[in-house]
Amino acid sequence: MGAWDDKRNLVCLEPIGMAHSWSLETYQRIGGYDAWKKVLAELTPREQIIDAVKSSGLRGRGGAAFPMGVKWSFMPRNAPMQKYLVCNSDESEPGTCHDRDILRFNPHALIEGMAIGGYAMNATVGYNYIRGEFLGEPVPRFEAAVKEAYAAGLLGKNIRGSGVDFDLHTFVGAGAYICGEETALLDSLEGKQGKPRFKPPFPAAFGLYGAPTTINNCQSIASVPTIMRKGPQWFAALGPANSGGTNIFSVSGHVNNPGNFELPLGVPFADLLDMAGGIWKARHIKAVIPGGSSVPVVPGETMMKVNMDYDSLKAIGSSVGSAAVIVMDETTCMVRTLERLSRFYMSESCGQCTPCREGTGWLNRTLQRILAGQATREHLGLLLDVANRIEGHTICALGDAAAWPVQSFLKHYRHEFEFMVDHGGRSIVAPDAPRGAQVAA
Amino acid sequence: MSVTEGSNGAASPAALSGHTRAEIDQWIARFPPGRQRSAVIAALRAAQEQNQGYLTPPLMDAVAAYLQLPPIQVYEVASFYSMFETHPCGRHHVSVCTNISCMLRGGEALLAHVERRLGIRVGESTPDGRIFLKQEEECLAACTGAPMMMVDHVYHEHLSNDAVDRILDELK
Repeated sequence: MGAWDDKRNLVCLEPIGMAHSWSLETYQRIGGYDAWKKVLAELTPREQIIDAVKSSGLRGRGGAAFPMGVKWSFMPRNAPMQKYLVCNSDESEPGTCHDRDILRFNPHALIEGMAIGGYAMNATVGYNYIRGEFLGEPVPRFEAAVKEAYAAGLLGKNIRGSGVDFDLHTFVGAGAYICGEETALLDSLEGKQGKPRFKPPFPAAFGLYGAPTTINNCQSIASVPTIMRKGPQWFAALGPANSGGTNIFSVSGHVNNPGNFELPLGVPFADLLDMAGGIWKARHIKAVIPGGSSVPVVPGETMMKVNMDYDSLKAIGSSVGSAAVIVMDETTCMVRTLERLSRFYMSESCGQCTPCREGTGWLNRTLQRILAGQATREHLGLLLDVANRIEGHTICALGDAAAWPVQSFLKHYRHEFEFMVDHGGRSIVAPDAPRGAQVAA
Repeated sequence: MSVTEGSNGAASPAALSGHTRAEIDQWIARFPPGRQRSAVIAALRAAQEQNQGYLTPPLMDAVAAYLQLPPIQVYEVASFYSMFETHPCGRHHVSVCTNISCMLRGGEALLAHVERRLGIRVGESTPDGRIFLKQEEECLAACTGAPMMMVDHVYHEHLSNDAVDRILDELK
């Protein structure tokens, strides 16, 4: 504790804790909109902004970690047609809840980031796609901030007499995990079922309404104003090589103080766990899913030695993903946990691709059978076989996301599955409890 | 832009209230001319709200007529997204999150408590039409406040059985 105190909330959550952190007044007090005003006054060459984002090392925070500046450079910014910038605030990767805090507590950072990004890619219209469940608090907060920005002459046509236009609209979804996939999100924005498109063509060539479009994650875009204000080198230097800047780690599960921790990438997991108050109830760490439910699970003892950056997590077979750090103590039944995850993917598969639509059902039914004490060890082979047949065989990454937990849970905790199969559905963490009993939280 | 009344057939937007139409109009205005299909989700949300919690075929047809779309383009959206109900249900929608972060902190036990308290199973409504207990599969993105539930778009976090009882009792 203490060592990271001055490294917390440096970018997207900077105004957290200030009164009315979501207001324009507060945002301007920390230098908000200075970068956008500078761009408007100088008409900064678009390439210069894209190069700055490239050299900052900012990578997509939604989970794919694609270099943001490179993505921006794919846009045909001089093509004489309407172009769009779309923000993905369809936050729904299990365990992840930081975009919600950006929308609630620092919406102007997202607005300024979208304005700068729109200018850099010569896109004059932006949409912020927010998940439907956020209708109660994040949506009105964001919409009120957009209104404030318009009233202050920071959005609209010919902004501050610069000749630059940027209009920003809110879109609200209606409940579908798949819409977090960028091309499904575009279909949803067009008023259709959210079903991922084949790529290519990529959205930069054929996106919203067939026009060139870039889709970026909420946190990625909200990081841009600080990068422009404090400089790409400052941002890059916060983290190790290939992991520039900060990330907001949503630490949930069996810790004393769950919360969102915005910290430089590369922070040791042990320090992060410490900041979250350690494992609850004086228990011990068993496992961690370090980047949202779709990334492979990692045994606790491995996590205690790893740093939270792209290369380090990749080296231990997992990923930063969406930076949702789900912590489990030794009382957690890994079979039950995997069954719940498999039910989620089964329910959220859009159904376009047979391996995913059918395979996620097979995975879930097989896991239910194991829990019901009606499986044999052969079913463990079946689980892996089905997972392997989904992985890599679908249009989008939901199929992979359904397969990876199965593969990694079986890799690290196969003995728990074997125990349950051999003992008629009893869990290794509570062998005396009857089959199917609630495992204590 | 504003969209005039349906021109192709029997369906009429008459079932939509003036308030619902005004709501739809301000969404249509966010999209380029001719792209009013983008307003389908918002239109269905407004129609569902007008009908106290669920959509009916006449309402969906009215949305189609108002947006000048083939009805199938409205039905397929209504059936795809989890926040739309196409069968009669209670007017307050209650979703207890049981996805991984909430499950680890007692979300499933909380849901079982709500079922006992209301005397219904998840997926059912109370006989008085007051509460619909939704089958919620998605994570609701309040994982650091687990266990949590959503009541008509309002998030309630760090819940105990007692807190849940108070919230449910206050629903009219």
